[in-house]
Amino acid sequence: MSSNFGSIPLRYRVSIDREQCMECGRCIDNCSYGVFRRDGDRILINSRKCTACHRCLAYCPRDAIMLEEHPCDYRSHPVWNRQVREAIYNQARTGKIILAGMGSVANLPVIFDHLMLDACQVTTPPTDPLREPVELRTYLGKKPSRLDFRRNSNGDVELSTELAPNLMVETPILLGHMSYGAISLNAQVSMARAAKETGTYMGTGEGGLHPGLYPYQDRMIVQVASGRFGVNIDYLERGAAIEVKLGQGAKPGIGGHLTGEKVSKDVSRTRMIPQGSDAISPAPHHDIYGIEDLPQLVRSIKEATGWKKPVFAKVAAVNNTAENVAAVARASVDAIAIDGFRGGTGAAPRVFRDHVGIPIEVAIASADRELRKQGLRNEVSLIACGSIRESADVVKAIALGADAVYIGTAALAAMGCRVCGNCYQGLCPWGIATQRDDLVQRLNPDVASKQVANLIHAWTMEVTELMGAAGINSIESLRGNRDRLRGFMLDEGLLNVLDVKPVGA
Amino acid sequence: MCGIFGVMDKRRQMMDGSGIRQALSMMNERGSGEGAGYVAYGIYPDYRDCYALHVFFDNARESKAAVDTTLEQWGTIEHDEAIPTYDQPNLRATCTPWRYFFKPDPSLAPGSASPEKEIITNLVMQINAGANGAEIVSSGKNVGVFKAGSSRGAEGAGGAGSRPEAVADYYRIEDYEGYIWLAHNRYATTSPEKWERPDPFNLHDWSVVENGKTTTYGANRRYIESFGYNCSTSTDSEVIAYLIDLLVRRHGLDINLAVRALAPPYWEEIDRMPEAEQKLCRALRFAYGSATMNGPFTVVAANPNMMVGFTDRGKLRPMVVGECGDRLYIASEESAIRAMEPGVESIMRPAAGETVIGRVAQ
Repeated sequence: MSSNFGSIPLRYRVSIDREQCMECGRCIDNCSYGVFRRDGDRILINSRKCTACHRCLAYCPRDAIMLEEHPCDYRSHPVWNRQVREAIYNQARTGKIILAGMGSVANLPVIFDHLMLDACQVTTPPTDPLREPVELRTYLGKKPSRLDFRRNSNGDVELSTELAPNLMVETPILLGHMSYGAISLNAQVSMARAAKETGTYMGTGEGGLHPGLYPYQDRMIVQVASGRFGVNIDYLERGAAIEVKLGQGAKPGIGGHLTGEKVSKDVSRTRMIPQGSDAISPAPHHDIYGIEDLPQLVRSIKEATGWKKPVFAKVAAVNNTAENVAAVARASVDAIAIDGFRGGTGAAPRVFRDHVGIPIEVAIASADRELRKQGLRNEVSLIACGSIRESADVVKAIALGADAVYIGTAALAAMGCRVCGNCYQGLCPWGIATQRDDLVQRLNPDVASKQVANLIHAWTMEVTELMGAAGINSIESLRGNRDRLRGFMLDEGLLNVLDVKPVGA
Repeated sequence: MCGIFGVMDKRRQMMDGSGIRQALSMMNERGSGEGAGYVAYGIYPDYRDCYALHVFFDNARESKAAVDTTLEQWGTIEHDEAIPTYDQPNLRATCTPWRYFFKPDPSLAPGSASPEKEIITNLVMQINAGANGAEIVSSGKNVGVFKAGSSRGAEGAGGAGSRPEAVADYYRIEDYEGYIWLAHNRYATTSPEKWERPDPFNLHDWSVVENGKTTTYGANRRYIESFGYNCSTSTDSEVIAYLIDLLVRRHGLDINLAVRALAPPYWEEIDRMPEAEQKLCRALRFAYGSATMNGPFTVVAANPNMMVGFTDRGKLRPMVVGECGDRLYIASEESAIRAMEPGVESIMRPAAGETVIGRVAQ
């Protein structure tokens, strides 16, 4: 039965400059969404299918394609805006939950952009990273709150405190968890190679570990999510660290969702699920219904892997993040990733992605403060994630209390992703968020890994320069260093939560 | 920026304050005339078993009764008096310096390995945090801090009023005799008028003078405050004094290790160390990463048994060490050492990360 709505206005309008076009058909070949088709000697356009992925623009040899946003908008209205009305039309038509990909598009201020970093002038001189050491090396894992010593038979002081296993990274930038299934194997291999080259780590996501990634397993953090997809002892033993995913910033309070279209034969084997079936992980872990169950799971994982690997936990940034993080810190966990509400995803209900959760800036600051208050800060490392877009965000997140950051969308963008937000369709024309063989082949891991490594190198250099300008030569001296931040045009309440002074103070 | 000076006699031979007054004034170019301070160990032999609390009262008539009451709750005031002062031209006092000789009641801090110091620590934090017009500036046994801020602004007198010699003369420093002296000539960067702001900073055993400004104040302060210390003056040296107390007294680190936590070797150096030392240094950075200080600084610290000097790991500020007989000198400039000890026998300039420790013979 057709709906009463007719067609809704176009989101994008694609056009071709016929003077320039040589009708080579590359736009047809490249567009996996079917915007272009050939009709005789003409290329026809169906703008309605366009997602603004920019693949056609990028591969048109004559720059003949043009793309406009909102060519015909709705009646302007401050409340009943386009997103709201389209959601109603779509739900009235289908009666379903609306899925969305990538991070939130809610029009809310970005706190990072209202935090200004500090620099030294004359009372303290800046450090020059080209001539003086600036240390970005970061150890992730449990640290002792204090040390115990003994004297050996020669009278020398010896350490008697046993150090817990930590992950050593040469930069505070890690590649966050994006599963095989949500993204292609080529995308994962590209990031794994980049992680190896830059001395950092990447997360497997909840998709298991494909044999193609075994050569990079010493740079992988394997994930145990509520669905337990791909989890077995071999998987746990291969990872350098293990992360228990309790929540995700893009969709706090619900489980993961991989649409059946993306569950290819290889994905099904790696995830240990039937081919073509939706992979929906439960909202809670079905063996964790109280905080006391978490240490049992964490210790089981540690026991299974000989207590040699740090175990992380990931939580979504929600209002009581500080309480959650303090509870998780007591659960034998070595590091906690906090995922902000702008975190990316392959697929999430739109209503969650845009309306649930809190900003990472606030979550990390309040978690750091609560852990210090409870004397637990050294018990765990904190990793900030969910909308780390540039090196300045890395520095700001660390100054707010993180030890390191995970990047996700930024790494995808480094491989070519245009953040079009249609990952859940499985048709990613850049070969990233797809499992379709012909599309996957578009991503060359040799090239993409270099691009991701370049991004990490570039950000790492910028972080070094920003630290040098602030006269800081070790990353642990930046961690939680609120004096290096000032809030610009933030209200007093928010400044208090962030524990940051306003500019000029 | 700032001149610092420390001298220690390892046989506990007493030195009056005239030498250090002269040494510090030799570095007047390093100060802005907006504050200076001295600390001396061994100056109160008649009350050697009491904690000597030096308190600055904004107005003794208004604030003293409250401090008396607080102290009496936690122990016995054996004696108290105004610290003798002598008016100096252009040095306008903004507070009344007072001293108490106080015996805390250790039974009131059960479970602590050092109950008396625990009580003193809490009293310092409590009184200094309160808006009660009282600031405890030193709190050790047989030790005292004498310092003054600026008179600039108040009467348009300019900065020269609080030169080291004027501050020394205000307290008549040469009348005191100590076996360890530290001194500080301040180039003010914050609140010059506040008398509690200039170095030295002290918390019972430990006193600190610093030439520098750390870029890690925010991180260090948040770290130390998570252990119950309260930083009331926004100065580096206050945090350093508390960090040393935490590491040495409460966590039991030997001073060498404590300094290595505050100004640790770079990871590259640690990677090259023998395994046992590597393990130790890694553990220190793991446990005390938030105590690491960055930015330019030279610190001279003392307790009744030792004097220690160290710089930031890049050595962005000077540190000169001199020796002569039983005396060890640490200063920002050689000329200051020579001003006090013209016949100095050895002068050294330790490398970054090289800690200098002089111990008093037991």
